[in-house]
Amino acid sequence: MRRTIGFIVAAIGILAYATLLLVGVPSLQLDDLELPVEHPSNDEQVNRGREIYIQSGCIYCHTQQPRDVNFGPDQERNWGRFSIPADYVGDRPHLLGTMRTGPDLHNIAARQPSEDWHLIHLYQPRAVLPNSVMPSYQYLFTHVNEVPLGSKEVNVPKNWLPEGAKVIATQEALDLVAYLKSLDHTYSVEQDSSQMP
Amino acid sequence: MLPIAAVLLAVVFLVSILALLVLIWSISSGQFSMGPGNSSVIFHRDEAGKVEDPASTHRKRDQLQQLLVGSSRYTTPQPPPEEDDPNSRRQSDESTARATRYLLGSACFWLVLGSFFGLAASLKFNFPDWLNQDYEFTFGVFRSLHLNLVIYGWVSMAGMGVCLWLIPRLLKTTLGSDRFALMGGHLWNAGLVLGSLGLFAGKSDGIEWLEFPWKTDLLFAFGGALIGLPILSAIKRRKVKHLYVSVWYIGAAFVWFPFLFIVANLPIYDGVQHAIVNWWYAHNVLGLWITPFGLAAAYYFIPKVIGKPIHSYQLSLLGFWALALFYSQVGLHHLIGGPVPTWLVSLSIVSSVMMIVPVVAVAINHHKTMWGHFAALRLSPTLLFVVSGAIMYTLVSLQGSLQSLRAVNTVTHFTHATVAHAHLGVYGFASFVLFGSIYFIFPRLSGRNWISQRLISLHYALSLIGILLYGGVFFYGGVIQGMQMQDASVPFSQIVADTKPYLWVRTVAGALMTLGHLVFVGHIWWVWYAPKSKRSFVPIAKEEVAR
Repeated sequence: MRRTIGFIVAAIGILAYATLLLVGVPSLQLDDLELPVEHPSNDEQVNRGREIYIQSGCIYCHTQQPRDVNFGPDQERNWGRFSIPADYVGDRPHLLGTMRTGPDLHNIAARQPSEDWHLIHLYQPRAVLPNSVMPSYQYLFTHVNEVPLGSKEVNVPKNWLPEGAKVIATQEALDLVAYLKSLDHTYSVEQDSSQMP
Repeated sequence: MLPIAAVLLAVVFLVSILALLVLIWSISSGQFSMGPGNSSVIFHRDEAGKVEDPASTHRKRDQLQQLLVGSSRYTTPQPPPEEDDPNSRRQSDESTARATRYLLGSACFWLVLGSFFGLAASLKFNFPDWLNQDYEFTFGVFRSLHLNLVIYGWVSMAGMGVCLWLIPRLLKTTLGSDRFALMGGHLWNAGLVLGSLGLFAGKSDGIEWLEFPWKTDLLFAFGGALIGLPILSAIKRRKVKHLYVSVWYIGAAFVWFPFLFIVANLPIYDGVQHAIVNWWYAHNVLGLWITPFGLAAAYYFIPKVIGKPIHSYQLSLLGFWALALFYSQVGLHHLIGGPVPTWLVSLSIVSSVMMIVPVVAVAINHHKTMWGHFAALRLSPTLLFVVSGAIMYTLVSLQGSLQSLRAVNTVTHFTHATVAHAHLGVYGFASFVLFGSIYFIFPRLSGRNWISQRLISLHYALSLIGILLYGGVFFYGGVIQGMQMQDASVPFSQIVADTKPYLWVRTVAGALMTLGHLVFVGHIWWVWYAPKSKRSFVPIAKEEVAR
């Protein structure tokens, strides 16, 4: 091959073709999707919590994409129905994840609706799940001697606390829990929608 | 929905037929029949049939020469007819010395830093309550810093440095001015520094492989283009009639990267579409940016060290185009079983399997060239690293094709096996080839020899044991994890508990590799700052540099 220009054009052409297939056409196909009416709408606090979820790197260990029964027993594990593209309309960045060091969180709100549980779990995962390898996100909490009026005390078991200390949740922790409590996609969808061509 | 799929199938079918016709045409019209002669374009007149490894010692080089020239398999390559100035190689090397030194030096810095963040991230699984009071020290920060620093800091900068150094040698010309390359290097480093600060400040874009804030990403796009410019201009001013296959890989990589990087950073995607673009990008940056660097270096250093052209040159060109065609479409196998259109996943699985074609083409070339010469590995550090990397490339690529098959993927998906696979590729293949290349290049850049062959061997041993533990034992742990996840009767908390020993294996593997990097970079440091008497204990003669 002696012609440099021809070579460059061919190299770009091949990648452009792949991009058309893998990026262009799916865009067209997924363009007219709408969020299902039952999808919970995100308020300000949930959106802030979503930012904390991103910052804390939750996606490195948690997916948000339960699979169909043909791919794995996700439903038997109580992680909810298979997800469909419409569940994610408007999500940027996407938080599908690719790793299950921890469980799938697409329907964590339905599974675990308790705000207190989430706060304790974030402060010290091993206080509620002894086997957990999740880091304790204590930077989202403050240690105090007396709980100030209007702040949220977290009822962490004594043996996980420094002597005499009490734990209160920062706004970030409450936001993150608000986001986790918004993750409920248990509304029913037509079976057909999983069979996207 | 259906019409789109139908139109698409027709398009894919037509393009495939067209590609087949082009292939048949190019074979019948003699485009491929360039003969092995063209592959000796990498040799200068008096290099034909001479071994070269500046990383080795005089005594070992003599043994290597004897071993290879004494061998009956050995044939003296014919230097191509356009060979001219015997001084040109020295001029080539000198024209890139400053910029290469800058890029490789930066890469080494990021390698050490990136390794420590990786090790710390791994330790956080073993000690989940370690460093949990400040955001800057959380897992999310360490994990994203590790990925971005080793990919954009270490592999990219080392790859660009090695390729920048190869280009004038391969084209028998000089770089012209190294100003653009240096400027590009500065911008690239600025991107890494600002990007890292952004991550510390919690400004992650939240997309795997593209965590750096998009504003700092602009610096990479410009920096990469600035480094690519002198390379493309050197190709224009080439003094060889034929472009060696390494030039193809390097030239294409610098064309592909901006394309990928810009399309992936466009702020127009959301939801599932964003996930699709994410994995299209993440896999392409491996296949069309990092892999070309590794292959370009391996295609140069293996034949150069043993002084013998590669086995089948035509095959290498076929391998190049097949890589471009198939690798660009494999990314979506990361979303098998996810909420994405089925046809898209199928397309990626087919392409992943078709990757066997370029991989086997490269494997035949690398391994057949080395065949019968494996004894040479103990005489040449460059060869040892590069050939290990090439073997790892074959293994990890075939593993990747297998892992994309649905039956295998349902097990390995979402597990540590995927992480182990990624490390086999980026570390076992790309980093090993780059280590070998730097061992070759550094004495030529600095005019100084490596001080200790033992330190080189130590680095090799640490890195090899590290990656074998990571890609072997930790991978096995991931497969166990995947099989348990497929079995609903095993509670999830049990699966987590069972991964713990393997997470320790990963930490040990990471510690070994990090230690290896300290040995490697420390050695470079020592050579560079040692008093003259020490570092030149086996001096490289000026004439040898000129050869």
